[in-house]
Amino acid sequence: MLWYTGKRLLQIIPVLLGATFLIYFMVFAMPGDPIAALYGDRPPAPGVIDQIREQYHLNDPFIVQYFYYLLGIFQGDFGVTYSGQPVNEVLARTFPVTIRLALLAIFFEMVAGITVGLISGLRKGGIFDATGLAVSLVLISLPIFVLGFVAQYFMGIQWGWFSPTVGTGAPLEDLILPAIVLATISFAQIVRLTRSSVIETSSLDFVRTAYSKGLTRRRVVPVHILRNSLIPVVTYLGTDFGTLLVGATITEGIFNVPGVGRTLYQAVIRGEGPTVVSFVTIMVLLYLVVNLLIDLLYAVLDPRIRYA
Amino acid sequence: MPDTSSSKPRIEHYVAPLEETPLEAIDSVKAEGKPSNLWIDAWHDLRRRPMFWISSALILLIVFVALFPGLFTNESPSEGCLLANSNGAPAPGHPLGFTRQGCDVFARIVYGASTSLSVGIIVTILVFTLGVLFGAFAGYYGGWVDGVLSRLGDIFFSIPYILAAVVIMSVLANYRNVWVISLAIGIFAWPATARVLRSEILRVKNSDFVTAATAIGVSRFKIMWAHVVPNSIAPVIVIATISLAGAIVAEASLSFLGVGLPSSIMSWGNDIAQAQTTLRTAPQVLIYPSIALSLTVFSFIMLGEVIRDALDPKARAQR
Repeated sequence: MLWYTGKRLLQIIPVLLGATFLIYFMVFAMPGDPIAALYGDRPPAPGVIDQIREQYHLNDPFIVQYFYYLLGIFQGDFGVTYSGQPVNEVLARTFPVTIRLALLAIFFEMVAGITVGLISGLRKGGIFDATGLAVSLVLISLPIFVLGFVAQYFMGIQWGWFSPTVGTGAPLEDLILPAIVLATISFAQIVRLTRSSVIETSSLDFVRTAYSKGLTRRRVVPVHILRNSLIPVVTYLGTDFGTLLVGATITEGIFNVPGVGRTLYQAVIRGEGPTVVSFVTIMVLLYLVVNLLIDLLYAVLDPRIRYA
Repeated sequence: MPDTSSSKPRIEHYVAPLEETPLEAIDSVKAEGKPSNLWIDAWHDLRRRPMFWISSALILLIVFVALFPGLFTNESPSEGCLLANSNGAPAPGHPLGFTRQGCDVFARIVYGASTSLSVGIIVTILVFTLGVLFGAFAGYYGGWVDGVLSRLGDIFFSIPYILAAVVIMSVLANYRNVWVISLAIGIFAWPATARVLRSEILRVKNSDFVTAATAIGVSRFKIMWAHVVPNSIAPVIVIATISLAGAIVAEASLSFLGVGLPSSIMSWGNDIAQAQTTLRTAPQVLIYPSIALSLTVFSFIMLGEVIRDALDPKARAQR
């Protein structure tokens, strides 16, 4: 396990360097003078330009500039937002809200997805299975902002089941509707994954053995079938986290959730380039770390991975 | 070998019967009969499935609308809009009512189809080309080629492609058009395709027909393109169909975020974003383009799913 962890940690280094380099390259190697953009029509004094160029290492070669940027990231310095607030401060305020929303969404999609997938898989070909597959196909096709607006209009405004926007402090009951919307994108995938995994596990020898030694369905289904079917679902959470990040950006924007996603959403809408870059970098780092953790969890759950 | 049979009882070994094909069976195979392969089997399966025909019909309709929007509406999507009609209810000749700018909702939906479809197709071609190139070389050549290409893929995979597209489109604020947005989406979306093809090639490249081709002296490069890739491409076709739907959603999402296409280009995402402010008072302006968008995405995903099931014998057994 230690060896596997070490190997996995080493593997993440080139990806980390490459990803940050790509983001940096996309933004800072583009044509245009950042200082000219800073000042607009009235050019500043020549000395000021030189000083700013020196301060931000703009006279150094591109690769050296990249290392300064990387150094900043490793020291936890993501720069300042457009309005001059340190990104870290904004992050400290918004991050807990997003984590709460994401955990709630993961909880919803896991409970609902695994339940539906399990029943569909056990009664393959039945009415429940057919309906489940059809519904999941429809849900996959709905872009998240369409779903968000429809949910907001009907459940929030028309029928008044939930508050259409999230109030200050983001209380948990306000987060339920955005979390359901966010959960819906991955719900269908989890249903399908669980279903095919359950069908595959049910046909394995150890399940037949369990039945033939006299165990009841009530014991075989949760202990033998479900537990062994969950491994692919757990690994899916890693990929799903990326979807969740993008989804959170749009959902938080629609429902006015004061989280990291809305900060990025507003920065994008207002065209605040540097803020967008800081937050995208943070999200990518988060995505990498979560995927690393899930890979390690995968190795704990399934010993075959460690020795492969 | 020392003889141990005298001291220990003999162990009976089970020997499986040889599976010999009887000569009559060989004779009865019609050599001139139609050969069956994965694609023919898949077609026979597809032909019988209503979902295939429904999705194909929908896609044909959308393609037709995109190519000849003038056949479906007499209204102009952006000219002759009267502010007096702002968010107006349906009127004769305007079945879906009016937008906030007083334009015909139906005409805007009809003219928006070609944007969504173009972005979808360009992105799919880009993703397919990059994914096949990277996946084929990584899977077939292996070794350090695989190492380099797969790590490169990991890097691109580590940035969710919509986030990457948001950054690219924010930077290229002055150059927004269908080609640029397609490039911004496609450039980060290919690693999934490459991974699928790579693992499929790893499975195929040890087949007997590859060994046979090597034995008769076909070059490695030619074996790859003539034998290995065509036999590994099936799952990539499925991914391509589904990624077309993904690209349409991505374009709409970017336009919705305001970093997609400029408002001069008709786009469902733009229309949805603009209708957002009047959601409470005029929800229909938002709902109709949303339905058009979802239906388009739905038909491509449905087609991809049906093809996946038809190509995969395991999935056929699971049904």
